[in-house]
Amino acid sequence: MTHIVNWVNVGPIANIPRQGARTLQTETDRIAIFKTLDDQVFALLDRCPHKDGPLAQGIVHGHFVTCPLHNMVFSLETGEAQGLDDGCAAKVEIRLIDGSVHVGLTAEQIGLRHAG
Amino acid sequence: MNHVPAALTKKPRLVVIGNGMAGMRTVEEILGRAPDKYEITVFGAEPRVNYNRIMLSPLLSGEKEFDDIVINTHEWYQENRIHLFSGDPVIKIDRDRKVVVSKSGSETAYDQLLLATGSDPIIIPVPGYKLSGVVTFRDVDDVDIMLKVAENGGPAVVIGGGLLGLEAAVGLQARGMTVTVLHLAGHVMERQLDPSAGYLLAQELGRRGIDVITEADTAEIIGTECVTGVRLKDGRMIPADLVVMAVGIRPNGRLGADAGLTVERGIVVDDVMTTSDPDVFAVGECVQHRGQCYGLVAPLFEMAKSCADHLAEIQTDGYAGSVTSTKLKVTGVDVFSAGDFSGGGETEEIVFRDAGRGVYKRIVLEDGKIKGAVLYGDTSDGGWYFQLIKDGQDVTELRDTLAFGQAFAGGAAGNPLDAVAALPDDAEICGCNGICKGTIVSAITEKGLTTLDEVKGHTKASASCGSCSGLVENLLAATLGGDYEVAAVKPICTCTDHDHDSVRRLIKAKDMKSMPAVMQELEWKSSDGCHICRPALNYYLLAAWPNEYADHGASRFINERVHANIQKDGTYSVVPRMWGGLTNPRELRAIADVADKFEIPTVKVTGGQRIDLLGVKKEDLPGVWADLNAAGMVSGHAYGKSLRTVKTCVGQEWCRFGTQMSLSMGVELEKMTWGSWMPHKFKMAVSGCPRNCAEATIKDFGIIATDGGWDLHVGGNGGIHLRGTELLCKVTTGDEVKEYCGAFIQLYREEARYLERTAPWIERIGLKHVQERVVDDAQNRVALFNRFIESQKTAQIDPWAERASKAVDAHEFKSLSLVAAE
Repeated sequence: MTHIVNWVNVGPIANIPRQGARTLQTETDRIAIFKTLDDQVFALLDRCPHKDGPLAQGIVHGHFVTCPLHNMVFSLETGEAQGLDDGCAAKVEIRLIDGSVHVGLTAEQIGLRHAG
Repeated sequence: MNHVPAALTKKPRLVVIGNGMAGMRTVEEILGRAPDKYEITVFGAEPRVNYNRIMLSPLLSGEKEFDDIVINTHEWYQENRIHLFSGDPVIKIDRDRKVVVSKSGSETAYDQLLLATGSDPIIIPVPGYKLSGVVTFRDVDDVDIMLKVAENGGPAVVIGGGLLGLEAAVGLQARGMTVTVLHLAGHVMERQLDPSAGYLLAQELGRRGIDVITEADTAEIIGTECVTGVRLKDGRMIPADLVVMAVGIRPNGRLGADAGLTVERGIVVDDVMTTSDPDVFAVGECVQHRGQCYGLVAPLFEMAKSCADHLAEIQTDGYAGSVTSTKLKVTGVDVFSAGDFSGGGETEEIVFRDAGRGVYKRIVLEDGKIKGAVLYGDTSDGGWYFQLIKDGQDVTELRDTLAFGQAFAGGAAGNPLDAVAALPDDAEICGCNGICKGTIVSAITEKGLTTLDEVKGHTKASASCGSCSGLVENLLAATLGGDYEVAAVKPICTCTDHDHDSVRRLIKAKDMKSMPAVMQELEWKSSDGCHICRPALNYYLLAAWPNEYADHGASRFINERVHANIQKDGTYSVVPRMWGGLTNPRELRAIADVADKFEIPTVKVTGGQRIDLLGVKKEDLPGVWADLNAAGMVSGHAYGKSLRTVKTCVGQEWCRFGTQMSLSMGVELEKMTWGSWMPHKFKMAVSGCPRNCAEATIKDFGIIATDGGWDLHVGGNGGIHLRGTELLCKVTTGDEVKEYCGAFIQLYREEARYLERTAPWIERIGLKHVQERVVDDAQNRVALFNRFIESQKTAQIDPWAERASKAVDAHEFKSLSLVAAE
């Protein structure tokens, strides 16, 4: 796993709709940040392992998201495809600090290609 | 002046800061272990003896008096030779000189110091928070203020629908106030309860006359000197003579921090409650132990024991952290939760719902052990589950009957057939109709019944809400033995045993108007459904309560949520409506300009006679719509389970063969029906003569003009299963065309299953069924048509305009960005 060089604050949890998601564009890719009905936050790279489907656009239920392109269901906790489907969406580190959502980014993601 | 001169005593001096529950419990525990070990001095900020803070709620509601909640009287302090200084809080700790300084200026020396400073209520600093009549709910003084205001009745607002807030609300209501609870989250007590239990609780509060507003964000507390009301960020005003802030607590580590102890969220302690200074200890809500802060009483007592062991120099394993459980202290409301019930990951959940009794139980398992539990309505087994959680006991053996509680554990086998067989004859099976097992069994044997429907017909068991149909089937199976095969009911999805038809029927029959209501009343097996059942329920609720139910965007597929069609690369396509396939130079120019301005790569003419702009970036959608709106165009709903297009030929307006004005008929029908949500997409066409250039015979509703009037066709489909329409009937006037069209659509909206096109629907129910309701029964036709027109009142709002100029769902179209570092 790539290591995180920077925790970035992307604002209050209230900005993410419940049972929904927002995206964060990084230098290298897009991250989907989800909020479940129980107000927990999760993050995955915003592309499914099947056909690069934008997971942030899917229906969020329990701790799962259904990909909008072909209805594959992924665990928000592990990224694993559910049921009979294979594949794993890439997990992104995320944590809540005093109601603000912090996402762990790699050097590449924050544009520090040559750092350290 | 020194309160306890060191010279007077040889015993080590233990000074306790905080006369609350944690501090005094620790003192009691020390006295129990080593009564004469310490010379004890206690400082309390409140000018009274120590009382049971968790009993503030009954004190407020009037179920208890102050004397009832006192834990230790003045006599107790005297008997135990404890020096109590109440009302004189410590303001400073001097660790170098090992003295504490109180507000009155006195200094007291210590050998060992115990901090039990508790927590502070969080105050949201909205404008007006300092007005008279705004209180927290933390101590007896708060209760005194609340009681004084409550003497005059009037309205009260409680900000915060957590444990404490709801107890305050119930207490104030008992004292004669009209109470509104404002809660930021989507359901009350969201830290202790999952949404289903939260729904039940809100319902119960509603029955008691307490108004709960969820997702309520307070903007301002209104008033000049005294509070008069609360204004929410969405503009709503709620009058209030009293505002109680009960949004949470924060560990009070100030004294510790000022004295240079390690303080993070709380005062950091080890397993024997030692702070970063080996002579200073801390217990209770002010501490942070292994990263956790606690706001409940049970952990405080466990800390008190470990701390006392250590101070009494008894060998101890120390405090290992607590699994917590909570119970709402409101008479007549049984709510219990324990452990971690958030679910997900490797966990499994057992959900048990008994809608008739208002019972909900959810048990979260991991690796064969119970991790957490939420109980509502029947909490008698809460203690048992809590013990199983704390013991980490493997419950694999008990799994099948776990939801039924301790009484069933290890008893009758989990086999449901054996379970019904074991029931006595007078056991009630169908709660709705009061039908007992004996009645059903004798009906089965005497009348030779073999199916669920026959049992329903003869006994009425499971003929109402249907919740007991599983039990009835088990009874059939147990009675008939191998002769019975369970009928194939196809549930909507794995979240439920109900099929589409019974859900639709029950939504109306039981007057259910929200998704949590349906999930609870119909005993859903997951906590918030899935991508299959949620869109279906959203549609059924919308269709059942057209101008009442608030559409739930999070339960819609992305296309219907952002009103455009998602494409394989995550871009969207945009199709503006062209009424009856008609357009004009102005619209075409606007479309061309939009395509240029937003660099839209593909512009295509659709099969439904309109123009598709493909490859629009999501963030550009509102801009594209704004420009199209400016040219008079609205959403074409090319993305929706809704009316798509009305395809036309040029008809009598232009065609030398045309027999009727098919263009204008198409435009009128589209103006009448656009915006209507349906079980699936719905296409129409109007041909001006039987040559049928508009291909009306493969549409959901196809109209073919004849010399004498119009032929109305239904149930066509040009998709995977090509199906020609069937002739519904012939009519003569344009008004009749519209009435039949509206009535047919409404019948489809009310009867078809979600995601069922008209073709399979008609094949399932038969054309005759439709004709009986729409053609033969004129009164029913008019009623259907009127219901359709009524539902259209709130449906015909252009979703593009709302998003382009009114910022509806703005979060959908904007990515998050980094917050600048502080």
